[in-house]
Amino acid sequence: MGLERVFADEPAFVPYVAAGDPSYEESLEYVEALERGGADVIELGLPFSEPIAEGSTIQGAVVRSLEAGMTPERYFAFVEDLDVGVPLVCMTYYNLVYQYTHPETGETGPRAFARRAAEAGIEGFVVVDLPAEEAGPLREACDEFGQDLVFIIAPTTRGDRLDRMREHVSGYVYVQARLGVTGARDDVSGQTEASLARVADWDVPKAVGFGIKTGDHAERIVAAGADGVIVGSALVDIVAEGHEEGQPTAEVVQRLESKARELKQGALAGARARAGVDGS
Amino acid sequence: MSTDKTFGDYGGQYVPESLMPAIEELTDAYERYVLDNEDGFMDEFYRRLADFGGRPLPLQYAESLSERYDTDVYLKREDLLHGGAHKLNNALGQVLLAKYMGKERIIAETGAGQHGTATAMAAAHLDMPCEIYMGETDIRRQRPNVFRMKTNGSEVTPVTTGRGTLKEAISETMRDWATTVEHTHYVIGSVVGPHPFPRMVRDFQAVISEEVREQVQEKAGRLPDAVLACAGGGSNTMGTFHHFVDDEDVGLSAVEAGGSSLAVDEEAGVAPNSASLSTGEEGVLHGARTKLLQDSHGQIMESHSVSAGLDYAGVGPELAHLVDEGRVDAVNVDDDSALEAFHRLSQDEGVIPALETAHAFGYLEQHHDELGDVVVVNVSGRGDKDLETVLEETEKRDLDVAPDMSVLRETGGGGGI
Ligand SMILES: Cc1ncc(COP(=O)(O)O)c(C=O)c1O
Repeated sequence: MGLERVFADEPAFVPYVAAGDPSYEESLEYVEALERGGADVIELGLPFSEPIAEGSTIQGAVVRSLEAGMTPERYFAFVEDLDVGVPLVCMTYYNLVYQYTHPETGETGPRAFARRAAEAGIEGFVVVDLPAEEAGPLREACDEFGQDLVFIIAPTTRGDRLDRMREHVSGYVYVQARLGVTGARDDVSGQTEASLARVADWDVPKAVGFGIKTGDHAERIVAAGADGVIVGSALVDIVAEGHEEGQPTAEVVQRLESKARELKQGALAGARARAGVDGS
Repeated sequence: MSTDKTFGDYGGQYVPESLMPAIEELTDAYERYVLDNEDGFMDEFYRRLADFGGRPLPLQYAESLSERYDTDVYLKREDLLHGGAHKLNNALGQVLLAKYMGKERIIAETGAGQHGTATAMAAAHLDMPCEIYMGETDIRRQRPNVFRMKTNGSEVTPVTTGRGTLKEAISETMRDWATTVEHTHYVIGSVVGPHPFPRMVRDFQAVISEEVREQVQEKAGRLPDAVLACAGGGSNTMGTFHHFVDDEDVGLSAVEAGGSSLAVDEEAGVAPNSASLSTGEEGVLHGARTKLLQDSHGQIMESHSVSAGLDYAGVGPELAHLVDEGRVDAVNVDDDSALEAFHRLSQDEGVIPALETAHAFGYLEQHHDELGDVVVVNVSGRGDKDLETVLEETEKRDLDVAPDMSVLRETGGGGGI
């Protein structure tokens, strides 16, 4: 059973961080802290030098991770070194998938990448610059290795296109809460409810991301019908601040864990609110 | 009518989902207005290119160079287009298209500032608000163009990520577009990006070869043996080649920036050149599958060229395809030869070329005896914008053809222009 299983009983908290930010060792601890804080699936970024969909927070994470020596091969080693029980999703850009050479088989391209990812324990992918139209080769590989290829539905995805996208979903659908690039915001986008409404009758879990920063945001979004919340920049901000201010790793771990808890609790509160409304 | 998204294996639409609807909308507009001339779009485009842009532009017989190389050399004078480079052909076409599409705002990236300048002019001409993204490094080395864009009423937003050149400017403009896509059109500056941009920009630029093909037959009595154009993203290149692609006997050479060396420093992630056609590997960047300067993992390298407009790690997918097919020769010329060619054309022909353009003349100097009897070189732009850079770079080198600039030092005028 694919990634939809983690959304079955309660709303999922889906954190994103870039692997290797700001260093391999620290990053391992940070990802593990997210699981302790309540993560249900972790979107683990494999950094690409041209992150065209990312705001300044995640651009910073990409630079730090690459400067610390992250490569696709180190990324897979990182996944193998991680001590977490929840499913991992690899979030990246297509050129890294396209260029990949499997260290043992020598095969290159999407199939080689998916195979190595499967060996490391990756259960799914979000490839930011790979729309459904171009995804054929990676999807075939995902089918072969039993992985999900998760697609993003944007506020601009409407009409015909929405119907066409519906055929491609797998695992969960990533509902982009607002137009623009990633980055934590102080409000919940007014576009969120409309975006959720457009996919309300889809038979897959809906996880909302882009701009979510607080437990309160998470609560409102789940109350509005989401099955999960995806949070990246608000967590990366903690990593960045810890790095810039030279905070001890243990302190950053604590802050990440409590932020994760806040977000997960918010999501659970949103589900209770929804049940209350439904039940009345 | 439905157009092909790819050129052989190259091209495609590798963009975030949030941009896909806009790209579908643009494809539809391209097919209706540009390909089918709906509402007389192309008629208006050609009329404005003439009245505002100054087309048609001359194909000039280059007397000194012809004598020097013992070959008939013709110059296609795109430097005389309004704005001083071929860039207006595309910018005017796209800003006009944005108007037809009902868009309210224009954004664009720029490297050398020529595309930004052309877009700013077209936007002012057609009364559209306009914002231009430009890398910090390029702002420093192309200052006159920054003033021009501001003068035309555009906003110029510096991009500080990476090396602050064209690649970063494109990424940043895509980020703006992802936010504002519903009412904004992104006027991409070369034959790069997702479909339909490579095809559409080529079609706007193809006016160059449409004119050259007629003019050369009139002047030389036949088709040329060789056509040369510099290649960054490749828009002046494809524009100059397009109507010759089916003429198998016309040699087509795309001259890239060899920079300071073709060697690559994988550790530092730097390729000190911009020769993506000559040395790049297939990959996916900025919406298209094409040839790229990248490391063995697929991270994009920082490119380098003395000319900001060629300083890019990618290249148009159609050009990559034509090179693979053997129809276009990918060649390159280093910084030194380009600077020498800059001075030579200025002195011998009285034409000060853009540094980008100078690469094509550097190739002519080195290979004139292999190119046949009739050669056309596209003068993609004029060099006013480059004078500060040329002065600085010439001082660092010992170039045979450089003029004596001591008068500037003696009068205390060295440095600023
Ligand atoms: C004068 C001139 N020529 C050539 C170029 C390179 O662009 P392309 O390869 O798209 O023609 C530029 C880009 O800025 C330019 O300003």
